[in-house]
Amino acid sequence: MNYKSDVMSTGTVTTPVKTKAPGEGLFSAKNRKLIYDPLNDNNPITVQVLGICSALAVTVKMKPSIVMAISVVVVCACSNLIISMIRNSIPNRVRIIVQLTVVAGMVIIVDQFLKAFVFDVSKQLSVFVGLIITNCIIMGRLEAYAMSNKPWPSFLDGIGNGLGYGLILIIVSIVRELFGSGELMGTRIIPESVYDMGYFNNSLVIMPPMALIIVGVIIWIQRSRNRKLIESK
Amino acid sequence: MSLNKLFFMDYVNTFIKSVFIENMIFAYFLGMCSYLAISKTVKSAVGLGVAVIFVLVVSVPVCYMLENYVLKAGALAWLSPDFATVDLSFLSFIMYIATIATITQLVEMVVEKYAPALYQTLGIFLPLIAVNCSILGGALFMQEREYATLGEATVFGFGSGVGWFLAIVALSAIREKIRYSNIPAPLRGLGITFIITGLMAIAFMSFMGIAI
Repeated sequence: MNYKSDVMSTGTVTTPVKTKAPGEGLFSAKNRKLIYDPLNDNNPITVQVLGICSALAVTVKMKPSIVMAISVVVVCACSNLIISMIRNSIPNRVRIIVQLTVVAGMVIIVDQFLKAFVFDVSKQLSVFVGLIITNCIIMGRLEAYAMSNKPWPSFLDGIGNGLGYGLILIIVSIVRELFGSGELMGTRIIPESVYDMGYFNNSLVIMPPMALIIVGVIIWIQRSRNRKLIESK
Repeated sequence: MSLNKLFFMDYVNTFIKSVFIENMIFAYFLGMCSYLAISKTVKSAVGLGVAVIFVLVVSVPVCYMLENYVLKAGALAWLSPDFATVDLSFLSFIMYIATIATITQLVEMVVEKYAPALYQTLGIFLPLIAVNCSILGGALFMQEREYATLGEATVFGFGSGVGWFLAIVALSAIREKIRYSNIPAPLRGLGITFIITGLMAIAFMSFMGIAI
């Protein structure tokens, strides 16, 4: 029984990808929307309120936030793809454990990869790489999208939401690194002469609370440009 | 006698440190998602806070035992000297998350049985405690800081839970009051909540640098 449903699910999974090409291109307007939407109108952080936990502690410098953003894109896209491929054979009652196991597997791969190739960044991120497992974006997208959609759109949805998350992460880190230490990616942006005139780095920006306030301001800007996102009283 | 007193002081220090100085919300931003989503009323905030305390108190010591008797390099030596070189620490994420998911399931069943009203209020966020970063964060910080005894790890778990509880109750009380004030429309709801949390975190920073 189980085996049969497994075969059936893989059958339904592989065929749409093959037969899709003539009817609907791999990057049709609908599929492109899956990537663009999370970057703006449906941003995971500022609109869906997902994945704030790990977002804020790693944004002091740009380099770790870029690494974090890439890791989340990879984990989110791959786990969306895998869950979407096996979605018909997952029993409903244990789905959370199955999802967590897949995500944890992906995170272990990413963690070992970071330790092998960018050890210093991996040390800076410390527990936050592990915390990608509990990043609500990934669980949220698995529940909301991958469990009920085909693999290729789910893969794109994962990439889109990962990028939307990464975008906010990188904006926050640019503000924090520029005003907190006058550098971007470790190179000096604000010249020495400005410091001689009496300019100081704002050490409050490096403190974690400012990250929250910066995200609050980003939400403010986004919602005043896009009125339909405003919450009713 | 004096030795006991020394141990006791250690526990008190760890407790105070994990409640105030290393507060899960204000120092590490862990468990933010449910913190922002469930803090609309004090009543549901208290319910979720208590559930988080319970899950942390149970899961941190269990993970501590897993870490020290199964996963750490050489931790399996109690089984047989042959296993002294086995290092399973790369499995820690999966083991921790499985432990936490199980305990969350347990809490869900207990709450459903004995407090159905609370069960209704918490809704989807009760199972989502499993993916509440503060729980896994507690387990991972416990691993990273290498607490000396099981008791200390338990106290750390309890303290982190109490810190989270205080933070969410404080925020929900503020949000209940702020409903009556005139906030710029684009900032309403989520935006102002972020900024309030930021300001509260700045207030909590006054605990920083206190060495205990």
